[in-house]
Amino acid sequence: MALLDVKNLSIDIHGIRPLDGISFHVDKGEILGIVGESGSGKSLTALSVMGLLPLIGGRIERGTITFDGTELTTLPEPAFRKLRGRRIAFITQNPMTSLDPVMRVGAQIDQVARLHLKLDAKAAQVRSIEIMEKLRIPEAATLYHHYPHQLSGGMKQRIVIAMALAADPDLIIADEPTTALDVTIQAQIIDLLVELVRDRDLALILITHDMGVVAQTCDRVVVLYAGRIAESHAVQAIFANPRHPYTKALIRCIPREDTVPGSLTGIPGAVPSVAHYPSGCRYHPRCARRGPPCDGIVPALDRPMGGGEIACHFPEGMGNVHV
Amino acid sequence: MLSYIVRRLLLLIPVFFTVSIIIFGIIHLVPGDPVDNLLRIGSTPEQKAIITARYGLDKPLVEQYLLWLGNMAQGDLGDAIVMRRPVSALLAQNIPFSLRLGAAALLFSTLLGIAAGTLAAIYKDSRIDQSIMAGILLGSTLPSFWLGLLLILLFSVQLGWLPVSGARSWQAIILPVLTIGLGGTALVARVTRIAMLETMQKDFVLLLHAKGLPARRIQLRHVLRHALMPVVTILGLRIGWILGGAVTVEFVFARPGLGTLLIKALNQHDYPVMQGCLLMLAIAVMLGTLIGDLVQAAMDPRVRQAMT
Amino acid sequence: MSLIIDTQAGAGQSFRRSVAGKVLLTPKGGISGCYLICLVLLALLAPWLTPYPYDVQELSIASQAPSLAHWLGTDEFGRDVLSRIMYGARTSLSVSITAISVSVLVGMTLGAVAGYFGGMFDRFVTAAVDLSWSFPEILIALILVAIIGPGLHSTMLAIGIAYLAQFTRLTRAQILGLKNETFIEATRNLGASHGHIVFRHLMPNALAPVIICGMLATGDAIILEATLGFFGLGAQPPVPSWGAMMSSGTAQIFKAPWIIIFPGLAVAVTVIMINLFGDALIRALDIRAKLREG
Repeated sequence: MALLDVKNLSIDIHGIRPLDGISFHVDKGEILGIVGESGSGKSLTALSVMGLLPLIGGRIERGTITFDGTELTTLPEPAFRKLRGRRIAFITQNPMTSLDPVMRVGAQIDQVARLHLKLDAKAAQVRSIEIMEKLRIPEAATLYHHYPHQLSGGMKQRIVIAMALAADPDLIIADEPTTALDVTIQAQIIDLLVELVRDRDLALILITHDMGVVAQTCDRVVVLYAGRIAESHAVQAIFANPRHPYTKALIRCIPREDTVPGSLTGIPGAVPSVAHYPSGCRYHPRCARRGPPCDGIVPALDRPMGGGEIACHFPEGMGNVHV
Repeated sequence: MLSYIVRRLLLLIPVFFTVSIIIFGIIHLVPGDPVDNLLRIGSTPEQKAIITARYGLDKPLVEQYLLWLGNMAQGDLGDAIVMRRPVSALLAQNIPFSLRLGAAALLFSTLLGIAAGTLAAIYKDSRIDQSIMAGILLGSTLPSFWLGLLLILLFSVQLGWLPVSGARSWQAIILPVLTIGLGGTALVARVTRIAMLETMQKDFVLLLHAKGLPARRIQLRHVLRHALMPVVTILGLRIGWILGGAVTVEFVFARPGLGTLLIKALNQHDYPVMQGCLLMLAIAVMLGTLIGDLVQAAMDPRVRQAMT
Repeated sequence: MSLIIDTQAGAGQSFRRSVAGKVLLTPKGGISGCYLICLVLLALLAPWLTPYPYDVQELSIASQAPSLAHWLGTDEFGRDVLSRIMYGARTSLSVSITAISVSVLVGMTLGAVAGYFGGMFDRFVTAAVDLSWSFPEILIALILVAIIGPGLHSTMLAIGIAYLAQFTRLTRAQILGLKNETFIEATRNLGASHGHIVFRHLMPNALAPVIICGMLATGDAIILEATLGFFGLGAQPPVPSWGAMMSSGTAQIFKAPWIIIFPGLAVAVTVIMINLFGDALIRALDIRAKLREG
């Protein structure tokens, strides 16, 4: 059994359903990518696993989330709190706003070990500085006493990662951990995360909109579109043979070395908002391969012979199944 | 920190001069001869000559203003016409009462307002929130002098628990503080509530939850601490309003103080006293803003760094 | 037949979707709206509706408690409190509304010109606004009363000037936000004059938040008017105003508390209703964010 197993997850926020039947799993030492444009439900997936949906007025409507044998959807809050930060850690999107601006960064890392590992102030400090050093934060002992606004974006994100590691978690969920950073810093942070997974046998869920990052780092990938799974598969397989037109379009968006600067192509159109999801396959208004059933019938999530999952009436390279 | 205080004080200088010019201008802006305005009706020419010399009223306006300012710096604010005493003596006698009332009201509204605002934010949209919001609406709309009169009716007349007016016993300050405090509490509670609700939406609060900290601890240690910064700024800006409330309320409770003195002077057309009171109130407002800024700076490391 | 029903349904629909509908069909907006309409009618029709004249003294019935003949009692001169409250509404409402309307007009013009043209004038206006912003309205009003002397005219002027900063600031913020929008740019390129742009394009767009702000300020102005009246610095006898009624009533507070309770209640309820109505209006127009820019 996988460390984290999400099955058929649907959530409800103020009467709308921004996630509909999501399933995925991730195991120790494995990096799972969750990819999609903004509005596809990536961050909500993270909040669901963290049990933080109530913060934004949401709740889990259906489905199960099993973590190391424990069912999370029915776990009472006090017990969930013992998991959060301890066994499941979270890295947020924007390091600029993720740290408490009026608290020294060291104290913010200490909080985790003091809370979950019951360390005293002294021991927590030693541990925090150790972690900071492992994350290659220069002059960790000095920076420990700094306030967030005195650090660069990359340093702040390292602090956030240090907070995530402070209680030795088994699973880290990183929600677009590099989007707000410079390109060079992005690569450093991603390398750091990959290294951590390999060294500590962690499970990592990497949420991103960038198929390039997925190609470099992930073992498997789930492609989300408008709150549903479009396709999921091993990374090599999906890049070698993308079957969903949306996956293919996302891969086309990755800038290559021979790409002329400024000629980057996005996917025409935008992800529909939750209130205006189209009927049938939600991708059909933007899809080049759409046919008669697409606007009326929701494509089922198939598990074809080659492995992985796909929800499309006209998948590429597999013949037209429904015709 | 010190250089910041100095810079903030320097910024107050033009404000102070503008305000002092307006207050100085009162006796020249009112209809009639300034000399007559500074005398009781039916004064002799000799008395007129004394007054003219005392305030330099035969000299150009600029010189008069500088004379007035210079005298003021030496603690001479002129003589009260009707009350027949030096204005400085009247002020010295009345200011302690206003300070005591203002400080007590400020303390009361800050503590109660922050508590009420925090409760309302934590229990947003619940019964508690709704009743606190209703209290805020009442507190910010009831005319303070009327509220004061009602409190007198209830606690002094009906129940006989507290003295009706004056400032002879310590109990006498309770009703005035309650009267001013309700408006102040409403203001502080409203700002605290909004600031807390806004802070709760921030990324770092989400991350605190993700770290596994108990919700209550996040609300009280982290969110409230942030929310207090705008509260302090508003309090600094609104110290003047609380003092303004003191003006009204002192009069209702017949308590000695700047407000009572000012209203009396207004009704008696006693211009030097008016000028003295208005000047003191203006200085209090300016100092309030300054203190608010400084406290906020002390609370926020970002501002603290920007200052040095 | 069906056609008539259709048009009626259509009218109902559009009312429900119009701003008036959105305000009046909520419990808050409906109750406060009705109260305010009734109050204005009562004030306008006071000469025909009041049971007694407001100024005839009859000392034989002085300071009587509320009774069937005098629903809200009589004051220290034997005048009917209810009649005086109805006449007082005329004074309080007309003073506050006139003062605030003039203040809104002047403030909008100052704010629009300052925000649109910028430069020295803008800096001067901003400095003046900041200065008066930091002083409580009651203090500004008292300074003005000190200069022009007590009375209804100085009360109006004091209210108008005390709230001027608020409207100037808000308008300026709105104009600054709109100034560089594409449609303004386009109008300017078409050769429209500055005056045309400011008054025909910018001001109308900034109107809603300023009007609401003015509406809420009218509530505060009613309190300010009552406060000045209470100090004996506003309406002079025998003109009835809510504040002045309470001022003369304080002497009777032990003997005849109704003389101050009812006028104060009139002030309090009116101000609360104005606030509730303003709140409903803000919700209906969805402009809370805009109001906070100022």
